[in-house]
Amino acid sequence: MTEPERTESERDIPAINLGGTVQEAHETTATLTRNPVFSLENVNVFYDDFKAVSDVSLDIYHNHITALIGPSGCGKSTLIRCLNRMNDLIPSARVEGNVLYHGQDIYGPEIDAVEVRKRIGMVFQKPNPFPKSIYDNVAFGPRILGMDGDMDEIVEKALRGAALWDEVKDRLGDNAFGLSGGQQQRLCIGRCLAVEPDVILMDEPCSALDPISTGKIEDLMMELKENYSIVIVTHNMQQAARVSDLTAFLIVKLDADETHRQGRLVEYDETEKIFTNPSDSRTEDYVTGKVG
Amino acid sequence: MSAPPPPPADAAAATMPGTHFRTGGGTRIRELGFRLLLLSALALALLVLVVLVIDVLNDGLGSLSLDFLTETPSRIDPSSSGIAPAIMGTLWLMFVCAAFIIPVGVASAVYLEEYANRERWWNRFIEVNIQNLAAVPSIVYGILGLAFLVRGPLSLGNVVLAGGLTLGLLVLPVVIVAGREAIRAVPPSIREGSMALGATQWQTIWKQVLPGSVPGIATGTILALSRAIGETAPLILVGAVTFATTADTGLFQEFSALPIQIFGWAAEPQEAYKLLAAAAIIVLMAVLLAMNAVAIWLRNKYEKKW
Repeated sequence: MTEPERTESERDIPAINLGGTVQEAHETTATLTRNPVFSLENVNVFYDDFKAVSDVSLDIYHNHITALIGPSGCGKSTLIRCLNRMNDLIPSARVEGNVLYHGQDIYGPEIDAVEVRKRIGMVFQKPNPFPKSIYDNVAFGPRILGMDGDMDEIVEKALRGAALWDEVKDRLGDNAFGLSGGQQQRLCIGRCLAVEPDVILMDEPCSALDPISTGKIEDLMMELKENYSIVIVTHNMQQAARVSDLTAFLIVKLDADETHRQGRLVEYDETEKIFTNPSDSRTEDYVTGKVG
Repeated sequence: MSAPPPPPADAAAATMPGTHFRTGGGTRIRELGFRLLLLSALALALLVLVVLVIDVLNDGLGSLSLDFLTETPSRIDPSSSGIAPAIMGTLWLMFVCAAFIIPVGVASAVYLEEYANRERWWNRFIEVNIQNLAAVPSIVYGILGLAFLVRGPLSLGNVVLAGGLTLGLLVLPVVIVAGREAIRAVPPSIREGSMALGATQWQTIWKQVLPGSVPGIATGTILALSRAIGETAPLILVGAVTFATTADTGLFQEFSALPIQIFGWAAEPQEAYKLLAAAAIIVLMAVLLAMNAVAIWLRNKYEKKW
């Protein structure tokens, strides 16, 4: 899908205005030179009758880091979990609209959620290593997927990719619970890399980590985007500003009777623009800290 | 009141309601009395147990010997009687029981925890009934075993297989409940992590959830077996024999069992047999305590995994 020349040349293109409003953003993105990995079209997510995410349309691009920001309850975690069908694990959750992955609707009737998750990896809020050795944590995915090749090499490659190899190479047989929180999270990233996904979803990957570990994960993300597309949900606006190329800002919208809350997309644009010159006053209020 | 002026703190206390402590001995004495009452209730329960144990040890220790464990019971000579057939029968029963309850109990627990949708009425119906099953008197299971396993549809006869399955049915709810708790104790984040890597639900259960719940399932199984090992009533109904002449038994052979042996000897008029019953009780209790100790050890060892 990717043409490296194009990705390189993109850097010379001045910041592209994706448009001020959601509708405009969606219309204009189609004409861009970037490769969309995901195209969300009018996506609604329900938990039973409760609409958690309302009418979101946006494109997510290859080899970019896309950040989803917004106040608590705006549905950004719900939205990111749509992208690899993790919401399927919640019986009451229901997704409407199209989530196109390279043009294919991942919620299509013939699509197996397991296949989707093989291509689209996920890193969670709290590091969740398996109660196994470091080696077995990384090897779990390749083993269940029946991947070919030398397992030792696969594990080393994945751990190098997660910038964890040098710290753990002498104790691969130790239980993963003995690692620090930041190391555990990098192990989870490595575990995800081992199955060679196309996209990595990160749901507030640093919220349980100290600043030094957070810095390491952010550096890692910058490296990973050379080969992967990354979507990150974050509460930390500085983090979004530091690492992401594109930022989507979501808000919580209350109904007229103020009983139902819905997450809505306000603005989706270049990160630099979102943080310096947003089109929507609500975005400005949020990124400048007037509301939060 | 006149000589030293009251310190300012007192003045503050006087103006602030609720800062003054009420003093009174009454509350403390009532507290103490209540505590003693509770303690004596506990002491009573323990005392009964201690008296029972001492009485049994007093009666039975004299008859305990290696021969007692290896000999067969005799109607003529109490002094040469032993519990070898009862021990073998109990071992066989436990083997059949475990072979039945572990797969069936774990499978049921996995279904209820991982697959069953609580919204559906039949799943809630199953859940309620498993709890009810645990409360059904054991004699009812005995009748069930007699009607369906020993006679009736399966017609196995009064053999080890029928006895073991009857005991298995009796303690199956214990394994299911313990298995469910163990499975529930595996955090959802582990399942999510596994599924996010492209594992199927079955792979997630088999490779992550079940290995994580093995200690809990093992503890529950041991506790279930330790309940089954002492059951008498169902075995009487399915036709366990009180005076087996040989320790040789097998899946499709007649059998005796420790509680049955105890029951048989205790019913004999001669004093010598009552002492043998006491000795057999010591053996049964020792086995039971050992099993419970293993269960507690397992539970403590793996208690805080996550």
